[in-house]
Amino acid sequence: MSRRMFSRSLYSLQYLSRSGGFSPHNSSINPNSKHTVLAAFGRFLHVRPYATTPQPSASASSLNQTELAKFAAIADSWWDAEGPFKPLHIMNPTRLAFLRSTLCRHFGKDPFSARPFEGLKFVDVGCGGGILSEPLARMGASVTGIDAVEKNIKIARLHADLDPIASSIEYRCTTAENLVEEQMKFDAVIALEVIEHVADPAEFCKSLSTLTVSNGATIISTINRSMRAYATAIIAAEYILHWLPKGTHQWSSFLTPEELVLILQRASISVEEMAGFAYNPLTGQWSLTDNIGVNFIAFGIKNSQ
Amino acid sequence: MSRLIATRRLASNLFVPRLATRTFCTDAPTKLNEVPSGSQFNKESKEDEGFMNDVPQHDIAIVGGGMVGMALACSLASMPLTKHLSIAIIDSNPALSNRPVIKKDDPPDPRVSTVTPATISLFKDIGAWEYVEQHRHAYFDKMQVWDYTGFGYTRYNARDADKDVLGCVVENKVLHKSLLSSLQNKDFNNTIYSTRLSSISLPTRSSVSSAGASVSSPSSKNLANLAKLDLSDGTSLYAKLVVGADGSKSRVRELAGIKTTGWNYSQSAVICTVEHPMENFCAWQRFLPAGPIALLPIGDNFSNIVWTMSPKDASNHKIMNEDDFVVAVNHALDSGYGPRPESRVFGGDVISSFFRPDVTSSAHERFEPPPKVVKLASDRMAFPLSLMHANQYVSKRVVLIGDAAHTVHPLAGQGVNMGYGDVSSLSNVIADGIAVGSDIGEVTLLKKYESDRKAANIAMMAVLDGFQKAYSVDFGPVNILRAAAFNGANVFAPLKKNIISYASGEFKLPFLS
Repeated sequence: MSRRMFSRSLYSLQYLSRSGGFSPHNSSINPNSKHTVLAAFGRFLHVRPYATTPQPSASASSLNQTELAKFAAIADSWWDAEGPFKPLHIMNPTRLAFLRSTLCRHFGKDPFSARPFEGLKFVDVGCGGGILSEPLARMGASVTGIDAVEKNIKIARLHADLDPIASSIEYRCTTAENLVEEQMKFDAVIALEVIEHVADPAEFCKSLSTLTVSNGATIISTINRSMRAYATAIIAAEYILHWLPKGTHQWSSFLTPEELVLILQRASISVEEMAGFAYNPLTGQWSLTDNIGVNFIAFGIKNSQ
Repeated sequence: MSRLIATRRLASNLFVPRLATRTFCTDAPTKLNEVPSGSQFNKESKEDEGFMNDVPQHDIAIVGGGMVGMALACSLASMPLTKHLSIAIIDSNPALSNRPVIKKDDPPDPRVSTVTPATISLFKDIGAWEYVEQHRHAYFDKMQVWDYTGFGYTRYNARDADKDVLGCVVENKVLHKSLLSSLQNKDFNNTIYSTRLSSISLPTRSSVSSAGASVSSPSSKNLANLAKLDLSDGTSLYAKLVVGADGSKSRVRELAGIKTTGWNYSQSAVICTVEHPMENFCAWQRFLPAGPIALLPIGDNFSNIVWTMSPKDASNHKIMNEDDFVVAVNHALDSGYGPRPESRVFGGDVISSFFRPDVTSSAHERFEPPPKVVKLASDRMAFPLSLMHANQYVSKRVVLIGDAAHTVHPLAGQGVNMGYGDVSSLSNVIADGIAVGSDIGEVTLLKKYESDRKAANIAMMAVLDGFQKAYSVDFGPVNILRAAAFNGANVFAPLKKNIISYASGEFKLPFLS
C-alpha cells in the first residue's frame, strides 16, 4: 500500500469516546477498561455493542434494555424497502456487487454462476434484519448472521423463513468476540457499516481477523472522516434528507482509509482492494467509484502464518 | 439440469391428455404431482415440505406465451445468470404445445411485425434469429414516405445511418415459432400451463409479521411471501415474480390493480397480404386524408398492407369484393388523391444547397412509384386503433411487459419492438438482481426496469401519437408545414440519421443517456 498514512495516533483511536449522548450505558460500563463497550448504534438504527476482548460480561446481556426496546420498535421496518432503511436497501446491490467481484476473484469462482459462493462459509457481523445475509445465501454461501440485538435476530429469522434458500442462514444473537471464544472460523468475514459504531476499532479488527481462516477474506465498509463525509453522511443524511435519525453517526469516530488499512495490517490482514460508493441524486442509485472520500469498502486477505 | 430436458419433452407429449382430463373432471382437479409431466419440479422439495407440494412453485410465471412472453423465456434461458430459473408459461394457445408446422409455400399471414435492428440483435442473442431466417422474412434497406398532396417525399436509405438494413418484416407466427424452437433447444426448466389465469393472491406488505403471527409449518411460511396464481382449470401455482405479457387487455394488470391512461383514435387499420409482379425491398408509406397506408415487403412477390381509415370505411373495405379492393389499394398507394411528388415543390433544391455538405446520397434519389398490387393474397382484418399506457409497470411481485404495459397504433410498426425492448431490459435487470442475490420479485429491483423502459416507451408513444395527430388534419397550411418537414428530413443528414436510429430502436435521447 503506497497510500500515505495519517499521523493520527492509533492509540487515540482506542479511546474514542462516544458515550456522550448515551448516559444510560455508563452504568454498565467499567470506565477503566478499554475493552468495554461504550455505546454503539448499529448499522444505522440499532444498538450494536462490541466487546473488544473475549469478556463474557460484554456480551449481549449487558445491553441497556430501554435502548433495546426503543430500537426493537422500528426493527419491523427492516424489510420495508420504502421505509426508514430505504437508503440501505438502495445501497445494498452496490456493496454486493463489490463483494461478488472481489470474492469470486479471490476464491477462483465463476462470476457468471448464479450461486458462485457455494461451499464457502461467511459470517455477516452486525447483520441487522439480514438484508446482506439473505443475498449472500442466495449467492450460495453458507451464512452465519450475528447481531447483538435480539430483536434484529428475530426479524432476520422470521424474514429468512419466507424464502427456502434464506432459511438456511444461521442467525445468532452474539458478538464477534464470542465467536472468537468459540473458535469459529470463516472463509470470509464481512462487517459492513459496523466499525464506526464500535468502541475499539483496532481490537474489533483483531477479532475479525481471528475469525478469518488463513488466506480468507475480511471485508469492512465504513464512512471516511473527511469534511465531505461530514457534509454528506451527517449534515445531509441526518439533518437535511432525514435518511437517518440525528445522532446516528459521530464524525469523530469515523476512520480514514489510511487508518483502516493500518489497523487491519496490525491485525494480519492486508488490504488488497478498496472502492468508494457514490450516490447519484438524479438516478437515486449508488455506484462503485475510485473516490473513497465518503463511503468506502476495503477488501483484505488474512496473511497465512 | 439434464433431467429437465426430459421433463420438457415429456411435458409436450403428455400435456394435451392431461388437460383433457382436467377439463372433464372439474370437480376433482388432477393434482400436478400425480402426473409425470409436472411432477419433477415438486418431487425435489417434497421430502422437506410435506403436503404443500400439491401446488408447484416456480421462480417466474409468465402469463401470456405470445411473442413477447416467449421472447422473455428465451432471453432468460440464454443468459448464464438466469438459465437456472424455473419458469411457468401460462397460455391456453394450443400452438405452444402442438407446434404447428409453417409451410413455406403458404401465402404470408397478414399479421406481421416490422422488426428493427435492435430487435434482430436481441433475437440473435437468444438464438432465435436462425429460425426466423429458415422461414419467410424480408429485409428492407429503403423506405419512402410521401404525402398525397404531392408536396413532399422522403426516402430513407440504410446507408444514411451506416447500416445494412433498416429492418425486417416477419410474420408474427414465424417470430413466435422461432422463439419456441429456440426455447426447445435450450436446457431450460420451463413448464407450459395450457390454461388461463383467473386470479392472483399477492403477499401483503407486512408479510414478516403475518408469518410470525401464524403458528404454521415452515413450508407455508415460505409460501406466504410468494404470489399465488389460480388458474381457470382449478389448479394453482406459486411464483416469486409474475410477468404480465398478456396483451393490451392484460388480466395481470387488472388483477394487480394497475391503472392505465389512453384513448381510442376514431380510426381502424385494415391489414392484409397482397401480391405484386416483382419482389419488393422497400417499405412504402403514403399519407392520405384519412390516415396512412403502408406497403411492407414480406418476401417473394408479397407485401403486407396496413391501411388506416375511419371505422366505417374499414368495415366496407373488409367486405368489398377482391377486385374492387385491389383497385382501391392501388388508388390509395399511387393513382388516387393527388399527384406524385415528382419534383420537390417547396424549393427542395434551395434547402439542399444550404446543407450541401450534409446532403446524403439518398437525398438525390428520385421519388419512385410503389409497386402495383395485382392480387389480394389473404383475408382482410380490421382493428380499431388505440393508445394505452400503464401508469406503473411494476408492483410487488408483478411486472408488465409488451402490450400489457403499452399499446400503440401500428403506424410505424413499433409496438412489438417496444415489447422486445422491454424483454431485453427486464431480463438484464433480473440477471443483475441474481448477480447480487436479490429477491427477483422485489419492487426495488423491478423499478430499475420501469425507469429504464418507461421513458423510452413514452417518448416513442409521444412521437407516434404526434405523427398520428399531424396526419389526421387535412388543412392547407398544416399540409405545407408537413411537406416542409418532409423535405427538411430528406436533405438534412443529421436529422435523418436520428430519425432512422430512432425508428430502428437504437435511439438515445440526449437527456436520458
